[in-house]
Amino acid sequence: MSAVTPSKPYESHLLRPGNTNCAGCGMSIGLQWLDEALGDEKPVMVIPSCCGIVTAGAFPTSGYGVPTAATTFASSPAVATGISAVSKMNGIDNPVICWAGDGGTYDIGIATLSAAAERNEDIIYICYDNEIYGNTGGQRSGATPVGAVTSTTPAGKGERKKDIMAIMAAHRIPYAATLSIAHREDFLRKVRYARSVKGFRFLLMLSPCPTGWKSEPDQSSELIELAVRSGLFPLYEVFDGRRYRINQRPDSTAIEPYIRQQRRFSRVWNNTDELQAFIDAQWQYLDGMATVFPAKKD
Amino acid sequence: MGRTLATGNHVAGHALALAGEANRNERGCCAGAYPITPQTEIIEYLSGFKFNKGRVVLVESEHSAMGVCIGGALAGGRTFTASSSNGLAYMTENIFAAGYYRLPIVMIAVNRTLGPPWNIWVDQGDSLMMRDAAWLQFYCDSHQDLSDTILLAFRVAEDHRVMLPVIVAMDGFVTSHTQMVVDLPTQQQVDALLPPCDIPHRLKHDHPATFGGMTFSNETEHHRYAIQHSMEQVFPVLEEARDEFEEIFGRRPAGALESFDTSDAETILIACNTMARTLHNVVKDRRARGEKIGMIRLKLFRPFPREQLLAAIGPATRIAVLDRNHSPGSGGIFWQEIATTLRERPDVLLQDYLVGLGGGDVTPENINAIIDDLNERTSASAPEWKDTSI
Repeated sequence: MSAVTPSKPYESHLLRPGNTNCAGCGMSIGLQWLDEALGDEKPVMVIPSCCGIVTAGAFPTSGYGVPTAATTFASSPAVATGISAVSKMNGIDNPVICWAGDGGTYDIGIATLSAAAERNEDIIYICYDNEIYGNTGGQRSGATPVGAVTSTTPAGKGERKKDIMAIMAAHRIPYAATLSIAHREDFLRKVRYARSVKGFRFLLMLSPCPTGWKSEPDQSSELIELAVRSGLFPLYEVFDGRRYRINQRPDSTAIEPYIRQQRRFSRVWNNTDELQAFIDAQWQYLDGMATVFPAKKD
Repeated sequence: MGRTLATGNHVAGHALALAGEANRNERGCCAGAYPITPQTEIIEYLSGFKFNKGRVVLVESEHSAMGVCIGGALAGGRTFTASSSNGLAYMTENIFAAGYYRLPIVMIAVNRTLGPPWNIWVDQGDSLMMRDAAWLQFYCDSHQDLSDTILLAFRVAEDHRVMLPVIVAMDGFVTSHTQMVVDLPTQQQVDALLPPCDIPHRLKHDHPATFGGMTFSNETEHHRYAIQHSMEQVFPVLEEARDEFEEIFGRRPAGALESFDTSDAETILIACNTMARTLHNVVKDRRARGEKIGMIRLKLFRPFPREQLLAAIGPATRIAVLDRNHSPGSGGIFWQEIATTLRERPDVLLQDYLVGLGGGDVTPENINAIIDDLNERTSASAPEWKDTSI
């Protein structure tokens, strides 16, 4: 499934072998596909406190084959702004990429993220969203779906997941899109398109976390495919925050195959009303936007 | 620019801007900026300055202002900002990050009381809160001292023997919003003083590494030891910087501290910032009346100039510290540091006085009352709260 570019020596891979990612972590595929999409271009990675910086391992080793800055939890877009500003005035145009989890994106970092988007900084921001505070052992976040059991919502989360894509689109940034680690061509195309655009670009990747989702590591890709097919995780793009393109429609109306493979949903295995209501409302909104404000044809 | 009348904030903005511009033929400069009273005019000045190679990023919080400085320095730029009071408190996490990353950022702290209750007037508790953040700290008593010290700060911070960030503090309103006659530097002078900003550990594409990643106890201990060692190098580096400054500007800014009439003094008072200037006038008056009294203006707080202080105290056996800050449950923060330094001088009676908290005026009458109190003592007591309305 994952693409290892054979022409590169291992040490120059964006994600080097020997990193500390768990088996089945969505980041392992996501980072390798990001590397593939960028080709020979070397980004600077700006990573706040999250599993993504644990991936780097312990000093003096580095799991990343590119210059990488570990920032405080809420700061990656601010630090990336400074890096981007000084790099540009020195004629360095390598992409500056924030790689942040959902805690750093939906919750503690949202003010910093919003401000960097409002300033339209020349940054690619990728949120690998595992829907929990994975690094601290799986607590609820603003990205946790309704009904999911976490270590701080033992009875299942009562609230719905925050719509971060709508929030980012409302900043009228040049490009926002969702990424699936089960849809390789779509993933690569979107990263390459994001790279071709200037200004603030936001990419949201649903990232399986077997330890937090209580799922099997070898099922991670399949889970994301089911999340897309069920309509829970729509694949779509928003251009300039106003024009919508849906990349794939759900082909199943059932959420059960997705949640049945994750024990975090065990509280709602037999009652999917809330999750289904969430999916229906999400698609009503998306369909409406894509109908009224369609993206231009390629 | 030459000799002119300017506010403290104008002086600070001018010095920061010229220091940033001095790096125009190198990797440029970058500031993260966010307003808070009483430092706002500094970031307004920076926002209006036309940098040839620089950018002032107007962010949404102090936390991000320091984040932008961290990023700009990681990319090799000269970086600076300013803040006060609760702004510094909000920025704290990234202040520590900048220190431990060893990035030579210069920040102006316009001292203001921490709230609540809300109070915009001077109190040094805000910058002193950052004493353990691996930043150098200078406290300035005048507009000229401020202007000169900001330039020295870049020169010392970026020296490879130091490579640590610097806070330059001034009194809110008393300095920031009043005008004094000051010799403002020219671009040519600043260019001559400041070598190119060269941050050896900046992010490099030909040397991919994770900067600020995880370490275990032995690497962390080594990192802290290296910072302590660099702090100790500040003293010789500061002397070199003052020498160079004097050659270019024809005047010599104060170093770690200034002492007046201490060589034969039996009684010494210690203070910082503008309070030290009032103190100096009182001490001169009492000297003229035949009292064996002297004073020390403490300028460098981190690293703490222990040896210089012991040498300056000389034979004196009675010392009063005037603290415009308060560590609840302990006392004045300068007093704590001085008491640690004086453990080798058990013959000294050291008394702390908490004065001018929350911006109260500290008048010659207040200081005379303190001296009278000190002279009557046979032993020290817990920090004394002086009623500043005496």
